[in-house]
Amino acid sequence: MEWLLHAGDDPGHKIMLMFIAIVLFVALMGLILFVVDRPRNPSRWFVGFGFVGAALVLLTLGLLYPAVRTIGNSFMNRNSTEYVGLDNYVRAFTEPQFLIVLGNTALWVLVAPLVATFFGLAYAYLVDKSRFESVAKGLVFLPMAISMVGASIIWKFVYEFKPVGVEQTGLLNQFIVWLGGEPQQFLISAPLNTFLIMVVFIWIQAGFAMTLLSASIKAIPDDITEAARLDGVSGLGMFWRITIPSIRPALVVVLTTIAMTTLKTFDIVRTMTAGQFDTSIVALEFYDQQFRQGESGLSAALAVLLFVIVIPVIVYNVRQMRISEEVR
Amino acid sequence: MTIRMASKRRAIAVAATGASLALVLAACADTDDGGGGEDEATGASAIDCSVFEEFGDLEGTEVSVYTTIVEPEAETQTASYVPFEDCTGVTINYEGSREMEAQLPVRVQAGSPPDIAILPQPGLLQTLVRDYDAVLPAPEQVEANVDEFWAPEWKEYGTVDGTFYAAPLGSNVKSYVWYSPSMFEEAGYEVPQTWDEMMELTATIAEGNEGAARPWCAGVESGDATGWPGTDWIEDVVLRSAGPDVYDQWYTHEIPFNDPQIVEAFDTAGDILKNPDYVNGGLGGVDSIATATWTDAGYPILDQNCWMHRAANFYQTQWPEGTEVSPDGDVYAFYLPAIEGDEKPTLVAGEFIGAFTDRPEVQAFQTYLSSDAWANAKAEETPAGGWVSANNGLDPELLATDFDRLSAEILADPATVARFDASDLMPAAVGTDSFWNGMTEWFASDETSQQVTDKIEDSWPSK
Amino acid sequence: MSTVEADTAAPEVPRPPSGMSDRARKARKALSNPWASTLAVIIAILWTIPTVGLLVTSFRPELDVRQSGWWTVFGDALAGEGVFSLQNYETALFDGSTDLATYFVNSFVVTLPAVFIPIVIALLAAYGFAWIDFRGRDFLFVAIFALQIVPIQITLVPLLSAYVDMGINGTFWTIWLSHSIFALPLAIFLLHNFMKDIPRSLVEAARMDGAGHVQVFFRVVLPLLTPALAAFGIFQFLWVWNDLLVALIMGNPDTFPLTVRVAELAGSRGGDWHVLSAGAFIAMIVPLIVFLSLQRYFVRGLLAGAVKG
Repeated sequence: MEWLLHAGDDPGHKIMLMFIAIVLFVALMGLILFVVDRPRNPSRWFVGFGFVGAALVLLTLGLLYPAVRTIGNSFMNRNSTEYVGLDNYVRAFTEPQFLIVLGNTALWVLVAPLVATFFGLAYAYLVDKSRFESVAKGLVFLPMAISMVGASIIWKFVYEFKPVGVEQTGLLNQFIVWLGGEPQQFLISAPLNTFLIMVVFIWIQAGFAMTLLSASIKAIPDDITEAARLDGVSGLGMFWRITIPSIRPALVVVLTTIAMTTLKTFDIVRTMTAGQFDTSIVALEFYDQQFRQGESGLSAALAVLLFVIVIPVIVYNVRQMRISEEVR
Repeated sequence: MTIRMASKRRAIAVAATGASLALVLAACADTDDGGGGEDEATGASAIDCSVFEEFGDLEGTEVSVYTTIVEPEAETQTASYVPFEDCTGVTINYEGSREMEAQLPVRVQAGSPPDIAILPQPGLLQTLVRDYDAVLPAPEQVEANVDEFWAPEWKEYGTVDGTFYAAPLGSNVKSYVWYSPSMFEEAGYEVPQTWDEMMELTATIAEGNEGAARPWCAGVESGDATGWPGTDWIEDVVLRSAGPDVYDQWYTHEIPFNDPQIVEAFDTAGDILKNPDYVNGGLGGVDSIATATWTDAGYPILDQNCWMHRAANFYQTQWPEGTEVSPDGDVYAFYLPAIEGDEKPTLVAGEFIGAFTDRPEVQAFQTYLSSDAWANAKAEETPAGGWVSANNGLDPELLATDFDRLSAEILADPATVARFDASDLMPAAVGTDSFWNGMTEWFASDETSQQVTDKIEDSWPSK
Repeated sequence: MSTVEADTAAPEVPRPPSGMSDRARKARKALSNPWASTLAVIIAILWTIPTVGLLVTSFRPELDVRQSGWWTVFGDALAGEGVFSLQNYETALFDGSTDLATYFVNSFVVTLPAVFIPIVIALLAAYGFAWIDFRGRDFLFVAIFALQIVPIQITLVPLLSAYVDMGINGTFWTIWLSHSIFALPLAIFLLHNFMKDIPRSLVEAARMDGAGHVQVFFRVVLPLLTPALAAFGIFQFLWVWNDLLVALIMGNPDTFPLTVRVAELAGSRGGDWHVLSAGAFIAMIVPLIVFLSLQRYFVRGLLAGAVKG
């Protein structure tokens, strides 16, 4: 047992454990599928549970339970020892900075997913089938391979400010100086700073959108493009009339996923400005209250708020799923 | 020692560690045979092993330590544990993470705390005690050590609601102004001895402002802790303009944050920091203080764009490699002078040792860390300097650099009135939030000292 | 496979009309107007410049990094006075108490199961939600979809407590399990979407032939999902490889991956971040290789000819 749990610092042992884990897992899943496949006429529920059961069990224990607990905590005091009713929510909505935080979050969730998806889609479409496709996509994918904190540090460099008379180290200000302008302090003027921070997020997430949309563009059956071409459709018309409608479900998925990521991401703002100069967002407030202030009640309320913000996105998706279900 | 400074850090560090390690091994080998050890205290890092006998046979046990101290500083930390490990046969499992302050509460709540955590500030200790009831009171041996080697204030910082939990470890001296001795000499300037002299010097230098050059430079950007270097500035001035008693009332909230004396201190600091003729040398205007990275904010001194930069003793390690830190070198620091009187108000900070378990080996290790033996071992294992402790058993001769000895001198000076970094003692909602934000707003916007202090006062938790 | 060929723009190979070689290439020509190419190049440049800056920075001495812009090296190099050094890489690679190879091994040991396990579980679940019509299916699916918004941070304490109670905390098992759980909502959501794109007639035809769901899953659905699996696999690999939070909370020094090491490079007080640039590059290499090598599974036309509509 001890051998199975702890590998110490022996690399061989670690790799063995890894293979054992994979083999055990494959055996377990195999067993489940074997059992599911056994009966001649299984009930649908039985088969269904065989397929989705493992996911349900893990998610209930790992995500649902903590989520419910958090909802409970949002009605408790800072270390969850006393019931305080709606106090945390009242606090969240009366803190002087909070309207700005909500406004910023709305701005993020409206702008960032759209722009990131736009660039990802445009690029995936433009380089599709081109000679350098793989390398070209690699370039836009690169930012994804850098951690969010790393990416933020890179962009802090780009926005860096040095006064007149000192050599510029930030690329953006260098451009301004080259064009004859005065160097600017980009990160302290709201609301411009929020958009500049969003650029970092977009820079990262465009790679995500590109990868998924590229896979989906390639799944468009050739018969469709072929038929359109015979009808004389080409260029932008092909893009708007054939590509977009064909990958519409994937677009919705990508937009939704990036929107969810937008709501949860706090490290970029944290690294760029620490939420100062009116740049904070709900996710960062949640993180700060939880981990820096030890305000478990207030942070739980903020997490619940995130969930509330995302409800429209969920509703939209459910409607989209209904629509595509009918088409099918 | 000066030879060490000039030569390559890394090689020396390794060599020094190796040398003292050998000595320790020799000393302990003797101890094992003779059972005593008092006589062998000739070697560099030899420590008195008999102290740990009362904890029983600890051979083969392990103690886990969790801290914010990562490489390269972690190397000198772990090296300083070696004498203890050699004496007792305990293995210290060291884990450093910059995210430790966020993660320690998670581990504590989940029931898997480390044995010992090195807490970077008393505020975290208070949270752990009051919210999670997780830290164990210090064992009597530790308390005895602290009574012997530390001033009563330091014991007080490790005390929460009347119970003593955490012994102090290292100390920082924050009341320094960095400058370039060679630049001063060339221009014929003297190091100011009083606040007024400093302001006069500032005015003199400002007359010669050229291009981006200004008398002072400052920067408070520090990732998610942006603002703290600004709070240090204010604290230093409060300590000087309003005095230590008001300072104590201020952080304990006996007087409000926006008390007129505090607003006045903001304005006094503002005479320098918000005067576009005085700041921000090589970095821009007043508002650039809010965005300049604190680690680089003193660098304009090297380009002769800035003359003075107020920063703590640990700024010593921030200078780029090859910078000579000495009284007649590229950079050095002078004590930020008092405004009046003969006392030397000094802003200090430090780390504390919190324990979450009470096994004998853990208590033995706590005892070691709170002793003079550890302080001296640590001094020897830090050949590049940048470390000091207010532990009065520390032999200043063992410190690596002139500058560290200066810090030790200030800490030991009877005229010194030391006060702990107030933002570390204020409630987290102020000390790690509104005070920090208030500082950046003060620099980046037109808000007056009154407006900023009013806002911070509003954020003070009511409980 | 005739399908890979469109990717490579190889010399003309005669194909029957049902293939797509000739016509696909013609289509390409129709699209390649100068505007499109210009736009693609502009995006590529915009996206690459910051990364190039990072790369150049990683080879510059500390003081240079802080005193002049990275682009100046090109001018300096022409003038013959550019200073490049490997110091940052040296520090990043060798300056620690633990050997870098250990961190690499840990990263691999953490990542492989943490990619494989959730993908398998999510594939099965996505199949269940897409093709098995059981009671409560839609509700469950929407619930899982909604769980995407749960911030990982709120799960740490409950999960870690459970692991401590079970006595398995600080092992690779808890890290694999945690990553698997966190990956599931998005994995199921994405794979379900791709799964639904498979024409209904294809699955139903197989069912008519008497194939059980398990057979349909393996024989019909799985092969068609290759691009989707490659796409999601890349991301799951990336997220796990770049993860710091789970590694720090659930692991211990024996299991720490590369990210922990890289994060340390900034120094206790954050002053050594020039070394980070080198560390970031070292950590980036593996995900990039994975991305480029999984690219070839991004193939077009898997469905071509298999079914009408």
